[in-house]
Amino acid sequence: MEFGFTTAAYVVAAVLFILSLGGLSGQESAKRAVWYGIVGMALAVAATLVGPGAGLWFLSLLLIAGGGAIGYVVATRVQMTEMPQLVAAMHSLVGLAAVFVGLIAHIELGRVLGMDHATRETLDGFAGLLAHKTAVEINILRVELFLGIFIGAVTFTGSVVAYGKLAGKLSSNASKLPGGHMLNAGAAAISAITLIWYFNTGGFLPLFIMTLAALFIGYHLIMGIGGADMPVVVSMLNSYSGWAAAAIGFSLGNDLLIVVGALVGSSGAILSYIMCKAMNRSFVSVILGGFGGTTGPQMEVEGEQVAIDADGVANALNEADSVIIVPGYGMAVAQAQSAVSELTNKLRAKGKNVRFAIHPVAGRLPGHMNVLLAEARVPYDIVMEMDEINEDFPETDVVIVIGSNDIVNPAAQEDPNSPIAGMPVLEVWKAKQVFVSKRGQGTGYSGIENPLFYKENTRMFYGDAKDSVNALLPKID
Amino acid sequence: MSKNFDWGKEEKFVKIGIPKELYEGEARVALTPDSAKQLQKLGYDCVIETGAGALAGFADKDYKEAGVEVVKTAAALWKAAEIVAKVRQPEAVELKRLTKGQTLISFFNPAANDAGMEAAKAKGANVIAMEMVPRISRAQKMDALSSMANIAGYRAVIEASNNFGRFFTGQITAAGKVPPAKVLVVGAGVAGLAAIGTSTSLGAITYAFDVRPEVAEQVESMGAEFVYLDFEEEQQDGAATGGYASVSSPEFREAQLAKFLELAPEVDIVITTALIPNREAPELWTAEMVAAMKPGSVIVDLAAEKGGNCKLTVADEKIVTDNGVTIVGYTDFPSRMAAQASTLYATNIRHMMTDLTPEKDGQINHDMEDDVIRGATVTFEGEITFPPPPPKIAAIAAKPKEVVPELTAEEKRAAEVAAFKAQTKNQVILLSVGAALLLAVGLVAPASFMQHFIVFVLSVFIGFQVIWGVAHSLHTPLMAVTNAISSIIILGALMQIGSGSFLVILLASLSVFMAGINIFGGFLVTRRMLAMFQKS
Repeated sequence: MEFGFTTAAYVVAAVLFILSLGGLSGQESAKRAVWYGIVGMALAVAATLVGPGAGLWFLSLLLIAGGGAIGYVVATRVQMTEMPQLVAAMHSLVGLAAVFVGLIAHIELGRVLGMDHATRETLDGFAGLLAHKTAVEINILRVELFLGIFIGAVTFTGSVVAYGKLAGKLSSNASKLPGGHMLNAGAAAISAITLIWYFNTGGFLPLFIMTLAALFIGYHLIMGIGGADMPVVVSMLNSYSGWAAAAIGFSLGNDLLIVVGALVGSSGAILSYIMCKAMNRSFVSVILGGFGGTTGPQMEVEGEQVAIDADGVANALNEADSVIIVPGYGMAVAQAQSAVSELTNKLRAKGKNVRFAIHPVAGRLPGHMNVLLAEARVPYDIVMEMDEINEDFPETDVVIVIGSNDIVNPAAQEDPNSPIAGMPVLEVWKAKQVFVSKRGQGTGYSGIENPLFYKENTRMFYGDAKDSVNALLPKID
Repeated sequence: MSKNFDWGKEEKFVKIGIPKELYEGEARVALTPDSAKQLQKLGYDCVIETGAGALAGFADKDYKEAGVEVVKTAAALWKAAEIVAKVRQPEAVELKRLTKGQTLISFFNPAANDAGMEAAKAKGANVIAMEMVPRISRAQKMDALSSMANIAGYRAVIEASNNFGRFFTGQITAAGKVPPAKVLVVGAGVAGLAAIGTSTSLGAITYAFDVRPEVAEQVESMGAEFVYLDFEEEQQDGAATGGYASVSSPEFREAQLAKFLELAPEVDIVITTALIPNREAPELWTAEMVAAMKPGSVIVDLAAEKGGNCKLTVADEKIVTDNGVTIVGYTDFPSRMAAQASTLYATNIRHMMTDLTPEKDGQINHDMEDDVIRGATVTFEGEITFPPPPPKIAAIAAKPKEVVPELTAEEKRAAEVAAFKAQTKNQVILLSVGAALLLAVGLVAPASFMQHFIVFVLSVFIGFQVIWGVAHSLHTPLMAVTNAISSIIILGALMQIGSGSFLVILLASLSVFMAGINIFGGFLVTRRMLAMFQKS
């Protein structure tokens, strides 16, 4: 088949991918947009299969079908609370695939360069493309290849570690090997040296050493980042998987790879930016792990945490006209979303105004809470973003905080010395009554005392979130 | 009776004594059989003077059944009890009976009762004045002023109706149409709100006024109409004075009186509840307004004890003016509903005892570090501790929002222009740096690279434009879908799978396989998630 046809198909596919991402601006258009993506992908794969350079059709289709079957099973079985793990696992596959494709390109390059001039003329496809490159172009190609493999390798191990942390297979605490960031810096330096080495020789050894160094960086960097920063990490890895694809696209001279890689890369970058902004922390400080130092003594917290039982909460709910629920990662851990949804239905049936307030970094994945609530059949038009609902807290009768801590911490606004000072938070304490469903007395991820728990209008509703909400249900009448 | 016998040995219990009220006409009592049972749970014994509850409808027999000891005389009671709880400010004879270390819980009017405090100090008694309980949320359960004000407000409407010759509610009967009564409640404190609630539930059209505009919402929530003044001034926030009204400016007063004069001919019933702590009641309803009212109208002045909001009011009496307006100046509204008032007051006392007995061991722990107890205590261990320091915790009402100074049109315009200029400057700098970099790359890189590079830069640009528009709630589906499409890397593997050695085929196959998982998994899970988003 003609090369021109494949290129044309790529243009159509690229447009479809752009529409697919753009359609995610609204819940309804998103349902259509995902089909654009699917068609675009099918078109791209089909065009490549019939295009120049491809062979072993049967094997390719078989492998796609095999992979697809696994993908199908995973996608239909995964629980919505496990989405962060799934996304991380998928990133690792993209990363590893990028490493492999980069290595293949390297092997091909070596093979083509080894041929004599006459044989080169007979080649077609990727090899043909390589055969016609000048010396400068081949050098550029090596740099692209190198970058593709480097980013792919970092993405791979990073995503595996992120998966382990999110799935609870690794401790979600930040842990570093002795030497800390010096090790990362060392590995990065090795990579830089091997780049020069590879650039000059084109041998396999520097590429191999660099791959090992990159794998180490990915592992060690993400090990050093704690569980609650995972939204940033996952979006960052998302971004990397895109850049890896783009770099490979450069080396293969494939524009569609470049376009898609750039789209995905910028998408992940924007998500990381939004997450960092929501925590009022710089990207670098998140990636290097740990919270910034405090600038002075933190404010003393006065008062005591007052506990309340299910009857008390139910009474307040029965009397309230407006209720806002603030879910956090604790709700996902306790699998409480269905119970929360049922509570919402009961309260709404009584004509109360029930809404949800979602902080951008609630949960372990951007938009994680929205998906969990959607799964539990909470209508999306009562699920509000922080900016939409923060003004409404003073007019709210009851706020229920389920499994979140730092995102409702008034110290961010009241205490300039707090490590989270300046972080945008949900101003729940302005409501008439606040109930905090929490497992026990303890600090949140950041390890900061939360003065909210000591406020006069706050009552602590201790216990597992799911059991607590279930205990409320029969008492709402 | 809930006395605990411990191996046959009787423990000595601290006794709470309730004397009969001495004040003429006072029907309330500080203990009910129910509250006695609760106090016993705290570990106290209760003792009451015979006949103390009779006027409130609680017979000695009822108390005995609840395990309360009944003594014959006041003297015996004051001697027996270590804690004495009563309603009215103690009389001189009662103050004489105080003993060292005894605790007295009662209304005490400390601001105008120096003699009483001196007497209690001389005796070494600890006095807790119920009207001094700070108005904070935690102390609401022992806020006796509020419970009594609530009753007064209710009763004021009942008294008004008793003296008013018509229905409150409007009716259309076979014998003709009856218009609803119009009630004006001045002062929307606890008593005012109770009066509003009672009045609206009787069917009257109710208006309410208060100097604190922030209570308008409460008034409206009770079904009354808030009377706004045509007055432009920063009105005082009641929160600054502990939830009470304070003195208003002369200009404000004028506007208020003008408004009342306008309302006077219309309204049938006026209930005034305006009291300012420790001052004579402000005159709100002038003789001129009374004269403007229709014959048969009723004024109930809840401030009669402090001179009245209407100067024609005679304390403790009901008078009828020349133009046929009845003015009720009773000062004992709570006492007129003695059963209800006693129940609430006894509960306030019981809550006070609960706070004084944190261990529930029948031992009083007079904790002067506690804001509520400190605030209410007027004499303690031979010292006068009135007035209390301001409470650590701010008042009930929300803090006023910091007012951002309103910008003039020009300032706004200037700010907008400045912001626009800054934005333009940023963008121009960004674009020129970007263009310079691009040109620099173009100088050294070969044309074939530049082709791809342009595509890359444009794609990043499109990506940024498109992704900013994605709804926050769809970030998880966004990640899943970008994941699926980043498997486009499969193309790289497909392009090479056919052209090479075994190693190439192996690596390419693995890549194709993994990308396959990702494509299907990513798209399917996105579809699954999106299908869940339902509109209500």
